[in-house]
Amino acid sequence: MVGNIIAITVQDFTYAYPNHSAVLQEINFEVRKSEMVGIIGPNGAGKSTLCKSLNGLIPHFYGGSIAGSVTVADMDTMKHSVAELSLKVGLVFQEPSNQFSGVSTKVDEEVAFGMSMMGYPREEMRPRIEEALHAVGLQGLEERSPYELSGGQQQRLAIATVLAVRPEIIVMDEPTAQLDPVGKTEVLQTMRDLNGKGYTIIVAEHEIEAMAAFADRILVLDHAEIVTQGETRKVLNEVKKLKQMGIDPPSVTELCEILRGELKIDEGKFPIELNEAISLFSQVLGEHAK
Amino acid sequence: MKLIEAEDVWFSYNHEVMALKGVSLGIGKGETVALIGQNGGGKTTLAKHFNGLLKPTKGRVLVKGVETRTLPANKLAFTVGYVFQNPAHQIFSSKVRDEVSFGPHNAGLSSDEVERRTAEAIEKVGLKGYEDVHPYDLDYGKQKLLTVASIMSMNPEVYCLDEPTTGQDHKGRWMVADLIHRLNDSGATVVVITHDMRFVAEVAKRVVLIADGRILADMPTKEIFEKSEMLRSAQIKPPQITELAHSLTRYNVPASILTVTEMADALQSILRLHQR
Repeated sequence: MVGNIIAITVQDFTYAYPNHSAVLQEINFEVRKSEMVGIIGPNGAGKSTLCKSLNGLIPHFYGGSIAGSVTVADMDTMKHSVAELSLKVGLVFQEPSNQFSGVSTKVDEEVAFGMSMMGYPREEMRPRIEEALHAVGLQGLEERSPYELSGGQQQRLAIATVLAVRPEIIVMDEPTAQLDPVGKTEVLQTMRDLNGKGYTIIVAEHEIEAMAAFADRILVLDHAEIVTQGETRKVLNEVKKLKQMGIDPPSVTELCEILRGELKIDEGKFPIELNEAISLFSQVLGEHAK
Repeated sequence: MKLIEAEDVWFSYNHEVMALKGVSLGIGKGETVALIGQNGGGKTTLAKHFNGLLKPTKGRVLVKGVETRTLPANKLAFTVGYVFQNPAHQIFSSKVRDEVSFGPHNAGLSSDEVERRTAEAIEKVGLKGYEDVHPYDLDYGKQKLLTVASIMSMNPEVYCLDEPTTGQDHKGRWMVADLIHRLNDSGATVVVITHDMRFVAEVAKRVVLIADGRILADMPTKEIFEKSEMLRSAQIKPPQITELAHSLTRYNVPASILTVTEMADALQSILRLHQR
């Protein structure tokens, strides 16, 4: 359940990479513990930069200029190192192979890698590896090479390497973009399971139908700014605004915007999922047929 | 005569496992065909036979009536262009312009013609202004468009596009869809490999479903999404709007609906009919 504990606070946050103009402008939002928040927007809008700002890679690794603040699990990201922050917030990249250490020849070694770099004792690592692999459904593949896994399995392994550290917050940057439909479904389901277990999840994603089904709230990023944010239904109902930015809302929502006159329902009440649309249209067509 | 004809094509990468197991199909001029199916099923292997990158282990492939086994790939490139899934497997120049002009230049065309084709292809994919940019400084979506442009400059009759929408944002998807429509309008034949069923519904008139090295179905796009059991066994989900149509057929909504616009039109006419 989503409570009132604040997991992330981003306040008047503006950021520019060294020698570049600002890629994030005056960003303001809050995420509560156990929420799932989707970040949507065109490529180049600043989604990846925002993700990297949540685990301290920005500013500590990338440098650049900053105004405002990012507070994650009560830690100001400017004042805490990436190593400290990584205990509370894990980042999953778009390409699973970018996440892998490249030195592990086995799945369980890959999960252990992050912990061993942090100096965890051996006896502490074993149960965490088991727990993490179990959470992403990769138990039984401990001996496999990470490079012999399918795309979806690789991405789930990348998630497991993050989970082993037992963070509170998981940030994912387009984790399904490079995957086939089977892989996409695996990763989205894993994401949903983890959220069900209480993890706070922030995910940048183009899969709008999955966001409609899973996300509690959505932030829309365009040209370095948050142009709209709020409860998932409210944001996805702003069909015209989204289309103008080049974002396709769920097909059923777009349909209702076109048929607004006939349907006599207001923006804000359009269905965002298939099942809702089926019941709405069955009712409307059923009444007309009488 | 079909432009491309595959006759009982079998193919093995390692002489042990067969990646294609007796595939036959013909593709005519001006068609837009989507090859769909899960990874490992043989989509890319089949498409690579169309331009001679792969030659059948058994059976034969004819391009404009000539067997690909008798033609070198560089000759076939004039007829069938292949755009790889991963732009990094294709891009090798340090400037957008050079990448696009390489094909026609290498083919020995006059420098005026090379220049004309290069400019035209760059413009058509929407990369005008990026001529001097290093391809790897482009975002992934634009890199994909660049790889299409570098094939367009060869002016082939057939385009094989391998997963052109992977890694694209919604805008990028529409750009690729629009590009395919324009290529097709100008007479080109387009074969597209994709997992994106909404994209299939928007761009392809015919769908070939491939699994385990065999063709499971080959039919108009309007019909294939009605084969729900077959699609489920191949783990393919129709576009959301088509699924909605399927759930509303008892109210006279046609099951063949593929796009939001078609659905809106159908519902409007049903609702108006009842109002009268």
